[in-house]
Amino acid sequence: MGFDTAYEAISEEHDSGHRWAFGTGFTDPLAGVDTAVPAEADGSELAEYCLMLGDDALIMSHRLQQWLARAPELEEDTALANIALDLLGQARLLLTRAGRADGSGRTEDDYAFGRTEREFRNVRLAEITDTDFAALIARLFVFSTWRLALLDRLRSSADPVLAAVAGQGVKEITYHRDYAAQWLIRLGDGTDYSRTRMIAGLAAVAPYAAELFEPTAVEERLADVGVAVDPSGLRTEFDDVLAQVLAQAGLQWPDAHGLAGVSGQAGRHGVHTEAMGYLLAELQSVARAMPGATW
Amino acid sequence: MVSTIGAGPRVSGGEPSSRLATARRIAGSVTDPELPMLTLADLGILRDIRLDRGHVIVSLTPTYSGCPAMHEMRRDVSSRLAAAGFTDVEVRTVLSPAWSTDWITAAGRRKLAAAGIAPPQAAPLRTAGPVPLTLSTSRAGVACPLCGSADTEQTAAFSATACKDLYRCLTCAEPFEHVKEI
Repeated sequence: MGFDTAYEAISEEHDSGHRWAFGTGFTDPLAGVDTAVPAEADGSELAEYCLMLGDDALIMSHRLQQWLARAPELEEDTALANIALDLLGQARLLLTRAGRADGSGRTEDDYAFGRTEREFRNVRLAEITDTDFAALIARLFVFSTWRLALLDRLRSSADPVLAAVAGQGVKEITYHRDYAAQWLIRLGDGTDYSRTRMIAGLAAVAPYAAELFEPTAVEERLADVGVAVDPSGLRTEFDDVLAQVLAQAGLQWPDAHGLAGVSGQAGRHGVHTEAMGYLLAELQSVARAMPGATW
Repeated sequence: MVSTIGAGPRVSGGEPSSRLATARRIAGSVTDPELPMLTLADLGILRDIRLDRGHVIVSLTPTYSGCPAMHEMRRDVSSRLAAAGFTDVEVRTVLSPAWSTDWITAAGRRKLAAAGIAPPQAAPLRTAGPVPLTLSTSRAGVACPLCGSADTEQTAAFSATACKDLYRCLTCAEPFEHVKEI
């Protein structure tokens, strides 16, 4: 239905329910989708896998949203907002799928606003803060290159819901990766100053790359039955894309050791960096202060 | 017994097929709030509509994972159908196959161009192997919707909505939006 003014749109009683004061108030993103758990998979493990991929998207999206009105140009504000929105859409589908797979019936909002830090399964690369635009571009390029390779393989998952989410996600992330790659080249092959900043950005992100390719036991088991993608198999494609872009940018990948976890545990196990607590405090503050609030 | 449009003059359950055609016409004519010149039928996201003893099932495919217009379109389908007497409406999401700009109809493309938005070209064909990188910023062959010149360049890879990027015409100097191929 069309509205003559924005005020009319928000004041008219056109919804059966209330709108969340936080969260989306949107309809179930999986309405009418068959979310039966495939016979090969354990429902709680499938849910955990959905949280891994969903939390990567949710937390990366939140960090991108923090760039709004801070990017160097209006066009970059718009680009980062659009990338954040695509990732938020992927997160909504995956978190909703998690609640169907484990039988708990938890909603996307329950997962996004109701979990504690240790319950988030995102890789640490998604949560770290960006010191400047070049560091963001380095992080977005590494994240998009890895996630594109992952989702491209997930298109043939034995779980039709994961396969469908991946099929759409691949189209979106292809544009995200191109955007980040073009900026990486522009900054690396730009002025001495932009090149220095781009080198520093790559150095800030490099220690978080190794974690992307380390499978958890859940990923290995689900990969064995064709439901998940074993991330250790993504390294070659990742390195190839990285080499193409770095060559054009005239840059080298820094020689960095992977950031250690705690007793071998990292983001996928819920062991995060200091940045994560601050991020969640912002993301969840309204939901925690006013549980169930509507307007 | 469920019947889709085109299944015959009458469907079982006593529903005249004209009711289904009416429901299809109403659902198909709902517009995209962010591209109001386009209907769901023009966009190619109305995948199926069924009528079973008064129960209408409308199947829609989202354009982008996070497109906020989907929520409005789902709601508009229900309310427009309700206004026409279809009170029992279910809107289902069909995620696979993922939407492609190739599904935008010829009429939809004409409407986009008439509104000053360059319609998408053919979506990139997926070949075997990894998704190829695109390191050049402008796609060849995006014609200016105002003067028709093919001498155009991209000015931004993203735009006010998820589905578009920004170009400018190097002949008539006008900036314009272009629907990105996916």
